[in-house]
Amino acid sequence: MPAIQSPGTEEIHPDVALVARAREGDGAAFEQLVRQYERQIFRVAQHITQNREDAEDITQDTFLKAYEKLEQFQGNSKFSTWLVRIAVNESLMRLRKRKTSKTVSMDEDVQTDEGSIPRDFAEWRPNPEQIFDQNELNDILRRTIQGLPPGFRTVFTLRDIENLSTEETAEALGLSVPAVKSRLLRARLQLRERLSRYFRERKEGQPA
Amino acid sequence: MNCTDFLSQLTDYFDGQISPELLEEVRGHLSGCKHCEIVLNTTRQTIEVYRGNEVYEISDELRERLHTAIMTKCYEKKGA
Repeated sequence: MPAIQSPGTEEIHPDVALVARAREGDGAAFEQLVRQYERQIFRVAQHITQNREDAEDITQDTFLKAYEKLEQFQGNSKFSTWLVRIAVNESLMRLRKRKTSKTVSMDEDVQTDEGSIPRDFAEWRPNPEQIFDQNELNDILRRTIQGLPPGFRTVFTLRDIENLSTEETAEALGLSVPAVKSRLLRARLQLRERLSRYFRERKEGQPA
Repeated sequence: MNCTDFLSQLTDYFDGQISPELLEEVRGHLSGCKHCEIVLNTTRQTIEVYRGNEVYEISDELRERLHTAIMTKCYEKKGA
């Protein structure tokens, strides 16, 4: 018996039909999903690992895993969130292998408030884009986010750069909503503090 | 509401997920605390500057190369 469509039922995401077709062996449907999300997956992997070659490998591995495990995709979450979850796991595994960071887990100790307490209380100049050229600005943004612990970097990337909701971020990372919020706050405050060095208003007589 | 309480509400404030009563308290604190007003403004600017600039651009060439590699691997898997 077909389900009765009740008014106000949420719109079905177009990915649902594509995933269904891909499961039945429709290569074109899977390819369309790859096209839709390859840039996002690459960005996520690059932000977490901070390494382009790793990000390339992770992007390929993520889609290959998704292809192999398509049957296991439950449809309780968005397909994109499921993909991001695979990419995050692959990225953290890669970091652990490289061991460039002493803590590479989403459960790393976040009890310390170090760096998260605001100290710089200068307003910023309005348009960073007008102070620095695009290359300089990207360089500043990259270096600044690199300095965050991987767990914070990952939450900030998903929530603020990729615009996932708090709930989707929690799902992709296997964290609770309060844990995401707490990491997000610290990530934002630490980035703010570091960027203040470049973007703060200068009083007259101060070197630029 | 003191500065620490204010900070603890910052994420919900940005998300618009704050009860009217708390919002009232947050606004009250902001009207009398220049430091927190600046932290609010510059945190918002932090988010905006990352959203507005693609820090890791992916060139068309890299994207095509990745795309081909992904599809090749998947087809190999299918054929295996």
